Amino acid sequence: MRPRDVLRIGAGSSFADDRIAPAVELAERGELDYLAFECLAERTVARENLTRLKNPDKGYTPRLLDRMGAVLPACLKNGVRIVSNMGAANPPAAARDVRRHARDSGLGDVRCTVVLGDDVAEILRRQPQLPIMESGEPLEALLPKMISGNAYLGADVICRALETGAQVVITGRVADPSLFVAPAMHHFGWRYDDWPRMAASTAAGHLLECAAQVSGGCFGDPGKKDVPDLARLGFPFADVTADGGFWISKVEGTGGRVDLATCKEQLLYELHDPAEYITPDCVLDVTDLEMAQDGRDRVRVWGAKARPRTPTYKVTVGYDDGFIGEGQISYAGIHAVEKAKWAAEVVQQRLADRGLKYSEVRVDLIGMSSLHGQPEARPEPYEVRLRLAMRTTDRKAAEAVGFEVRALHVTGPGSGGGGSDPIVREILAVQSVLLPRALVDPQVVVKEVA
Amino acid sequence: MPKVWDIAHCRAGDKGDTSNISVIAYDEAGWKVIREQLTVDRVQAAFAHIAKGPVRRYELPKLQALNFVIEGALGGGVTRSLAQDPHGKSLSSLMLTIELPEKGAA
Repeated sequence: MRPRDVLRIGAGSSFADDRIAPAVELAERGELDYLAFECLAERTVARENLTRLKNPDKGYTPRLLDRMGAVLPACLKNGVRIVSNMGAANPPAAARDVRRHARDSGLGDVRCTVVLGDDVAEILRRQPQLPIMESGEPLEALLPKMISGNAYLGADVICRALETGAQVVITGRVADPSLFVAPAMHHFGWRYDDWPRMAASTAAGHLLECAAQVSGGCFGDPGKKDVPDLARLGFPFADVTADGGFWISKVEGTGGRVDLATCKEQLLYELHDPAEYITPDCVLDVTDLEMAQDGRDRVRVWGAKARPRTPTYKVTVGYDDGFIGEGQISYAGIHAVEKAKWAAEVVQQRLADRGLKYSEVRVDLIGMSSLHGQPEARPEPYEVRLRLAMRTTDRKAAEAVGFEVRALHVTGPGSGGGGSDPIVREILAVQSVLLPRALVDPQVVVKEVA
Repeated sequence: MPKVWDIAHCRAGDKGDTSNISVIAYDEAGWKVIREQLTVDRVQAAFAHIAKGPVRRYELPKLQALNFVIEGALGGGVTRSLAQDPHGKSLSSLMLTIELPEKGAA
């Protein structure tokens, strides 16, 4: 049973292609107040920006309607409000299509509010001197190949969107924990500079932002770290109280586990200095954070601290970084590894003879050294899969990699099998800059009856 | 020789070209061992063929956990790496294989 006087916020996804059924389960049986969906990886917005340039009606997360269509009936029935960054590079189009989908499904008119202002590409063009965080070099060098520039907005603007009374709030780029901070701020009326509560809700948001990663996903090791009923892994929720106390748990009867081990792993996930986790809302310090098991699949968390937010927004700059061409083929039995190495040399010779140039080449022996390297230190496997991946600015050169690998079936060493179709990936890379807050204008727009 | 796997669990996360790997002790005894034995040097040596470094180490005594931040570990960055596992998700398994000296043998 749900405790009284708590706000319950569920985590419905951790990336654009996450499973959908556990979110439906949360909406139906979770007794939630809010359901938040995090769906944007670092380069997703850049990719969707390209989509929007080709088709102004698109550019939101491709699975938006699958996901919303699945959870909306239960959310509307149970009064669960939805907050999500599924708007990606086009939140207004996302809101329009969600509302249209709801109407066509007989769910009536769904009030959506969108958050805008994260797209700062034009502002960046006027700030070529900004240093790139990764390299220290000025942004200027990236500008000619820039595809997108998006600031990680914070909980303040999402909170404003919730104040419009929207059933669904759709954003573009916002910080992942802010999707969870905002509902708590809105519900309890917390001030944006209430640092103890910003700390607690940011810690809760960080624990929830990767959904199943706190409830038994990305965790199990058979016999050592067992996860009950992993196939039916449930997604988590947080119970938050007005004073900033919170618990992490999941729906009873679902698979997975919520305990100190899963919560500690997720707390430290993608965290660097534990005294300085910077979000748009605050600078979180978890060095004194503590946890205790408080019932089955329920963990109480306290002791997070926060310092005032920084004067800048972090901005992800997406840019065109050429192509990666890839091909794979397998060898087994006697001399499997020697044949794979021979095949790799043959392919590289053939590509060179065709006059094709690559700035970086990677030869992987899958089953031996593709993940942790050091082929010389590994025992020889019975079978091995050769993988060649090469970087180039020329699409034709990228295609040639997989073409030559597949041709090994008949023109390479003996008994190579299972060659892949050529793989060509257009690379959208990202770098980051810090942009003064005063240059950014976060906005909310209510989408009324269409 | 005991491994990190015997006494602790790990998860790897990514940001750009940096991997962070948590090492969380199962109990008080394990915490003492990793706190004393799992040094920056030992981790740096285990990842030398993968990461350019440097390696930073943070202690979280209340959680009985360490957090290692390993720079230059993801093939130039998640979004542009040629690697099969660009996020370095599997690097936590490499941390777990690090051998630690027996008590008193350090």
